[in-house]
Amino acid sequence: MSRVGVIRLIVVIAAIGLLELACRLGFIDYRTIIPPSEMTTVLVRLLASGELNSDIARTFGVVVIAVAISIVLGFALGLLIHAVPRVRRALDPLLATYYAVPIFIFYPVMVAIFGLSIIPIVLIGIAAAAVAMIIATLNGLDRVPRVLTKVARVHRMGPLDTALRLKLPAAAPHLFTGVKLAVSYGFIAVIASEFILAPAGLGRAIADAYSDFNNRKMYALILLLLVFATCMNMALHAWDLRWSARRGVRPQ
Amino acid sequence: MIATQRVTDSLIIVAILLAVWQGLNLMVGDTALPGPAATLAYLAHLVPSARFAENALATLAAFTYALVIAYGLGLAIGVWLGAHHLSGAVGEPLLVALYSIPKITLYPVILLIFGLGISGKVAFGALHGILPVALLTMSAIRNIPPVYLKVARTLHLSKWQTIFAVFFPATLPEVVAGLRIGFTVTLLGVLLAEMFASKRGLGFLIINAMSLAQSEEMLTVAIMLFVFAVLANSLLLWMEHRLHRRN
Repeated sequence: MSRVGVIRLIVVIAAIGLLELACRLGFIDYRTIIPPSEMTTVLVRLLASGELNSDIARTFGVVVIAVAISIVLGFALGLLIHAVPRVRRALDPLLATYYAVPIFIFYPVMVAIFGLSIIPIVLIGIAAAAVAMIIATLNGLDRVPRVLTKVARVHRMGPLDTALRLKLPAAAPHLFTGVKLAVSYGFIAVIASEFILAPAGLGRAIADAYSDFNNRKMYALILLLLVFATCMNMALHAWDLRWSARRGVRPQ
Repeated sequence: MIATQRVTDSLIIVAILLAVWQGLNLMVGDTALPGPAATLAYLAHLVPSARFAENALATLAAFTYALVIAYGLGLAIGVWLGAHHLSGAVGEPLLVALYSIPKITLYPVILLIFGLGISGKVAFGALHGILPVALLTMSAIRNIPPVYLKVARTLHLSKWQTIFAVFFPATLPEVVAGLRIGFTVTLLGVLLAEMFASKRGLGFLIINAMSLAQSEEMLTVAIMLFVFAVLANSLLLWMEHRLHRRN
C-alpha cells in the first residue's frame, strides 16, 4: 500500500477509535451514540437472526428495478434526443437545471396518486437516476468519432444496428459514468423515500427504530447501509477507472 | 431567428408538460392529482396567506444558516486540501465516499445530537452542502496551471498579490460551480429534514398536506419550491458561464 493509503487508513482507524473511546469514557452520552464496536456486534446478531432479510430483499429489489429501468430508459431517451438536434437544444436548459430541483418533494404527490406501495418509490428512484443516464448518454454520443458514423453508413447499417453495435461501445466509458451515478442516485432516492414514508424496507426500519428509541438497532442498520453504500461506490469507482483507462479518457 | 426558435421550443416543452399533467389529472381524478388550473387557483390563494409566509420563512431561515455554514466550512476544507498536497491525497477519497452515501440515514443521529429544533435542520442541510463545495474548491486549486504561478514568481508578486491576482480569479469559475451544487443539495437537506421530523417549514407543509389528503396544497408547495430552485440555479449557472467566458 502507498504511503498516502497508509495515512488514510490510520486517519479512519483513529477516527473510529476516538469515537469508541469517547463513548466508552462517557464523553458521548450512550443515548446519543453507541460505541462502534457495539454497533458491529448488534449488526452481526441482527443479520444472523434473519430478522432483517425481508427488509434487505425489499430495499435492494426496489433499487435494482429502479436502476435497471433508469439505465435502459435513460440510454434509449438519450439516443432519441441526440438524434434530433432541435429537441436536444430545447431540452438542454431543462437537463442542466434538473438536478437543482429537489425532485424528492414530489414523492408525496406520487404516493397520493399511486398509493403506498413500491410504485411511488420505484418512480422516485427512476426520476432521480434516469436523467443522469440521459446526460451521460448525450455526453458519450457527442464524443463518438465522426468516422465511426461514416463507417456505419458505408456498411449500410440500420439505425438500431448502428446504435447497439457502434455507438454503444464507442460511448461506453461515458455511459459507465452514467450507470455509476444512476446506481448511487437511485439508491439514495429509494432509501430516502422509505425513510420518509413506506410500508417496509431498510429506510423504514431505521425510521422505526429511531421512533422506538431503539438506538442499538438503529445504529446497526445505519452501519449496514453506510458500509454497503461505501463498498458499492468504491467498486463502481474502481470499475469506472478501468473502463476509462481502456478507452483513454479521464473519469468524470 | 435561432433565438425565436429557442423560445418557441421551450414554450412547446412547457405546453407538453402541462398537457401531461392535465392528462394524468383526467386519469387519476381530482383528489389524487388536481389539474393545472385548480392548482394555480389554489396557489393564488395560498401564497399570500400568513400560514405560507410563516412556513416559508422558517425554511428560509434554516436554509440560510445551513448555507452559510456549508459555504464557510466547505471553502475552508477545500482550500486546505487543495493547497496542502498530502492532506488532499489522503482526504479526497474520504470526501468522495462521504459525498456518495445516502445522508438521510444519518438524520436520526443528527436529531439525537442537535434535537428536534432548527439546529437539527441546519446541521443536516450543512452536512449535505459542505462536501461538494470542498471537493470542487480543492479541484479548482489543484487545476491552476503551474505557468500562472511561474508568472507570479517572475513578476515578484507578494504572497497576498499572488492570492488576489492569480489564485482568486483562476479558481473562481469552478468554485462558483461548487457553490451552485452546494446550494442545491443544502436545500434538499433542509427539506428532507423538515419532511421527516419538524412542525414548521415547507417540507413539513408538504407532508402535512399529504396526511390530510390536500393534494392542491402539496402540489402548490412543491411547485413553489421547484420555481425557487430553478431560478436560483439559473442565476448561479449564468454567473458560472460568465466567469468561464471571461477566462
